[in-house]
Amino acid sequence: MQIITSTDVVTKLLAQRLALGLLSMFVVSVVIFVAVNSLPGSFAAAVLGQSATPEAVAAFNQKLGLDQPLVSRYLTWLSATVTGDFGTSFTNRPVSTMVMPRLWNSLKLAISAALIAVPLAITLGAICVRFVNRLPDRILSATTLSTISLPEFFIAYLLILVLAAKLQLLPSLSTIRGSMGFADQAIRMILPVLTLVFVTLAHMMRATRAALLNVMAQPYIEMARLKGEPETRIILRHALPNAIGSIASVVALNLAYLIAGVVVVEAVFVYPGIGDTMVSAVSNRDIPVVQACALIFSAAYILLNLVADIIAIASNPRLMHAR
Amino acid sequence: MSSVSTTAPNGARPVRRTWRLPITPLIGFGIVITYVSCALFAPWLAPYGEYQVVSDVPFGPWNSQNLLGTDQLGRDFLSRLIYGARNSMGIAFATTVVAFLIGGFIGIAAAAIRGWFDQVICRFVDSVMSIPDLVFTLMLLAIFGSSVWNLVLIIAALDSTRVFRISRAAALNVATLEFVEAAEARGEGVFWKVRHEILPNIMPILISEFGMRFCFVFLTIAALSFLGVGLQPPTAEWGSMVRDNAALINSGDITPLIPAGAIALLTIGVNFVADWLLGKSSGAQDV
Repeated sequence: MQIITSTDVVTKLLAQRLALGLLSMFVVSVVIFVAVNSLPGSFAAAVLGQSATPEAVAAFNQKLGLDQPLVSRYLTWLSATVTGDFGTSFTNRPVSTMVMPRLWNSLKLAISAALIAVPLAITLGAICVRFVNRLPDRILSATTLSTISLPEFFIAYLLILVLAAKLQLLPSLSTIRGSMGFADQAIRMILPVLTLVFVTLAHMMRATRAALLNVMAQPYIEMARLKGEPETRIILRHALPNAIGSIASVVALNLAYLIAGVVVVEAVFVYPGIGDTMVSAVSNRDIPVVQACALIFSAAYILLNLVADIIAIASNPRLMHAR
Repeated sequence: MSSVSTTAPNGARPVRRTWRLPITPLIGFGIVITYVSCALFAPWLAPYGEYQVVSDVPFGPWNSQNLLGTDQLGRDFLSRLIYGARNSMGIAFATTVVAFLIGGFIGIAAAAIRGWFDQVICRFVDSVMSIPDLVFTLMLLAIFGSSVWNLVLIIAALDSTRVFRISRAAALNVATLEFVEAAEARGEGVFWKVRHEILPNIMPILISEFGMRFCFVFLTIAALSFLGVGLQPPTAEWGSMVRDNAALINSGDITPLIPAGAIALLTIGVNFVADWLLGKSSGAQDV
């Protein structure tokens, strides 16, 4: 019988997940490329206008390499994209200089929201389980059930109405510029971050509660109770570590949702992020920008799922010890 | 609700069983029926027309003529809200139906036929699903342009991948049961098997899923219109009504929140009903 060490198993699993992530990324790039190239009419008509002369169209196609076959165009595009060159937008500016600073702004927003929402969701979920079917649990569960289907812009405007218009505590717009000081930027980011926290909190909290309750039904929890351990300690020491894997996958799913939520929230608060860039590019049908944004969003989505997988593997002690 | 008398299993004495709805689906049905009647009877309910400019004051205040004031072009807000029910719900409903026709048909076919047909479609669906929904929708709208038809077809096509997943999974569960194998052994064809054995058994799941998918589609269209790339003006749509009147919020006016609230209330109502249907069909207890 072959002896398998723990590191072997973990490395193999991690390598599999990484390969799977790369494969998804490749598939996504193909899907996006094919979708963009199914553009009715041609790129040239979209850029030069319908009245362009055939010579101008031919010159344009040659300049962009559009006269090449689809596969070689895909490979050219892919190799350029991998090195961070997203091409030129229809407004004649390089896409990367349009998108990259905005991406950083969006990341700031999403990361701040995640840093608040994830610990808060897990804490609230644990509180629900600690007082399961009692008042705190009932209140939290009922609240999340009713906020779970609220559209982002409803929550956003509700917060603006209360915190900005009525109480006048915060600015209602989040137009931040690089020239602003950190405090100024931070104050303007509070409302969008708060909205994103609300949008993602409910799902994550319910998932944490469900995952913990699942574990709490196991015999070893009964054993811990019989030993006389306090309930809070049972949840934190015995149940939570075993529920981390399933919690991580829901958290990743919701953070992926955060990516889409960012699009709407940025529009509400006029926040200069990548979602806002994508929406205005869609209105202007600036395909290269849309393509780059879609690729970035998808990459973030795949990356988050990958991280969740890795956390699930790392939190499974059965894989960490030699069999 | 209706009451049915049934006979107890031992046949000793008839038991009168009252079939009563719990409170949440009751609320849900109430909400849905109100919305649907608003949509159906919009021309009779609305005091003014959908595009009719009734005042030269944009963003007019609430008064006896215009109960909820006027919008940015001086049109009656209440009337547009009522017509909005028709547009927002009608288009979301049509989209969901298309998504179910595509996704449900292919999903059940994949489960019934299996083999390479199933494999190819599954891999295709997986690759489409690895791009976030809203982002993919936005990209396709940029490529094809945002007309109503494109909107319906794009969202329906993307949503049908989810419908495919659930109908395939549900159908596969049934397709492996003995009575379907018995039908196969009798020599029944694929269509007979789907029509008589699989479809009746997965119908409750599909109906409940229809409610959930409707909510999702409805929210997506509202979000897209809110972003200005969904339904185009002058069509009254709740998402775009929020966007067009959002400036009022800063002065503490709650009018723009009303369409947003209408969206939220409908999704809650439909979720209540769908949740109850799912619980009833699976025989699970309320959680």
